[in-house]
Amino acid sequence: MEPLNWIAAHQEMIYIVVLMIFVGIEVIGRVPSVLHTPLMSGANAIHGVVIIGAIIVMGQAEESNIPALVLGFLAVLLGTLNVVGGFVVTDRMLEMFKKKK
Amino acid sequence: MEMNLLVLAYLFGSVTFIVGLKMLSNPASARKGNLVAAAGMTAAIFATIFLYTDKNGNPLGNYLWIFAALAIGSVAGTSMAKRVQMTAMPEMVSLFNGMGGACAALISVIEFGHLQEKDPGTLLIILLGLIIGSISFAGSMIAWGKLNGKIKDFSFGGQHIFNLALLFFILGIATYLVAAIPENMTLLFYGVVALSILYGVFFVLPIGGADMPVVISLLNSFTGVAAACGGFLYENKVMLTGGILVGAAGTLLTILMCNAMNRSLKNVLIGSFGAGATAGSSASFGGTYKEVSLSDAAVVMSYASKVMIVPGYGLAVAQAQHVCHELEKTLEAKGVEVKYAIHPVAGRMPGHMNVLLAEADVSYDKLLEMEQANEEFKNTDVVLILGANDVVNPAAKSDPASPIYGMPILEVEDAKHVIVNKRSMKPGYAGIENQLFFQPKTSMLFGDAKKALQELLAEIRSI
Repeated sequence: MEPLNWIAAHQEMIYIVVLMIFVGIEVIGRVPSVLHTPLMSGANAIHGVVIIGAIIVMGQAEESNIPALVLGFLAVLLGTLNVVGGFVVTDRMLEMFKKKK
Repeated sequence: MEMNLLVLAYLFGSVTFIVGLKMLSNPASARKGNLVAAAGMTAAIFATIFLYTDKNGNPLGNYLWIFAALAIGSVAGTSMAKRVQMTAMPEMVSLFNGMGGACAALISVIEFGHLQEKDPGTLLIILLGLIIGSISFAGSMIAWGKLNGKIKDFSFGGQHIFNLALLFFILGIATYLVAAIPENMTLLFYGVVALSILYGVFFVLPIGGADMPVVISLLNSFTGVAAACGGFLYENKVMLTGGILVGAAGTLLTILMCNAMNRSLKNVLIGSFGAGATAGSSASFGGTYKEVSLSDAAVVMSYASKVMIVPGYGLAVAQAQHVCHELEKTLEAKGVEVKYAIHPVAGRMPGHMNVLLAEADVSYDKLLEMEQANEEFKNTDVVLILGANDVVNPAAKSDPASPIYGMPILEVEDAKHVIVNKRSMKPGYAGIENQLFFQPKTSMLFGDAKKALQELLAEIRSI
């Protein structure tokens, strides 16, 4: 009954997963096609939240463990590119949607 | 106290992601929504750096490394995103998506090194993050290369079977690792990394360039799931929320994008557009087309009462949006009504044309969506097509054998005259001939969109 125990031990997380699936679908259900690209770009920036995992890995690496430090550094760097680049590119796209007279 | 503050920051982050995504799906609030999500992300990142403690209450170390990576990443990311041309935005998104996938995969690689008690549940999550992250990384890089023309379409017979077999092989190894927990699994683990990257490459390679936005959106949702795996690993709720949210929303968005092109996801992934279609049905079609001189085109447009402009990828490539706006203003000054007909997938991404024309200050209410435009073509005197092709191809309505059959198109044939600006008679992205160009009411104006429009503008002004 190992899988059952595992589910029981992680039930909080599993609840979040299930609820977020519904929220994710509900929240963008009515998006007009004009916004498909910016929305994709914005979602792209949001999954950059993976950087938090990279920061934890990096911050916990032992100072003598050079490979872990280098890989962690790389992970934080790539994650930052995803987050910062993602939000800036989305902003640039949306900047052009401004209504003008 | 610090731990509680961290929880609060993560809660804030999670809520901003949901609210941000919601605002992003409405034109009026979209830009603010992006900033809201960015604010939540910033809070979550800094809270993690300063407040996170492990099970024994130790704070994070290596601040120098972390801040160096953050600084370099921020500067590089901002400058890349600021400098990118409007035409290259899709590939930029793909590139950033690949970075996120790689980040998730790297976390898995490092955590695998830390794995001590060999708990199957943890190993499963690590492998899941690794496989999905690697596929997303490799696939995004290929999509990026294809969009900027560095990588060509490539497929071989039985590739779909090969891909499927490869995927099952990867999952087989992963299942074995989790179920058996062999003593020495390092080799197999890195085997999974290599094979997943290979799968990502073969997954995207055969898919035609016109379908790339759909693929990027799909890979985007993959990366979301990979990020959520990290959330599971660290029991980190903001990672989990953000990741699953994007995973679910991204999947739905992928389907919505397919619907906009009237194609199914399966069709996009398996029945690749570019491959094989070129030699297909319409090859037998031919005929003569007629060219129009600049002065004739200028006269026809100046004396029309209504002109409809159909922009396409050619306009984006030539960066002709500003001179296009000039043309619009000049014609309006002569009393001609000018509007733009926007096909939902004109250009390389949905919304591409809206963004481009908005950049040139074209008023929002001059842009007509497809349904609206199709009604107005009947009372339009001149349709000016600027580098669009497949989205006005009547084969989508009339030729069941055509690879784009069933795609909704702009019915420009209803107008009195059609002037098509293209660089040459080369087929469009789907690789098929366009019967429209050979019709009696159509005349061709060859040349780069920007140059042709500038010359046309000069002619119109001289009338």
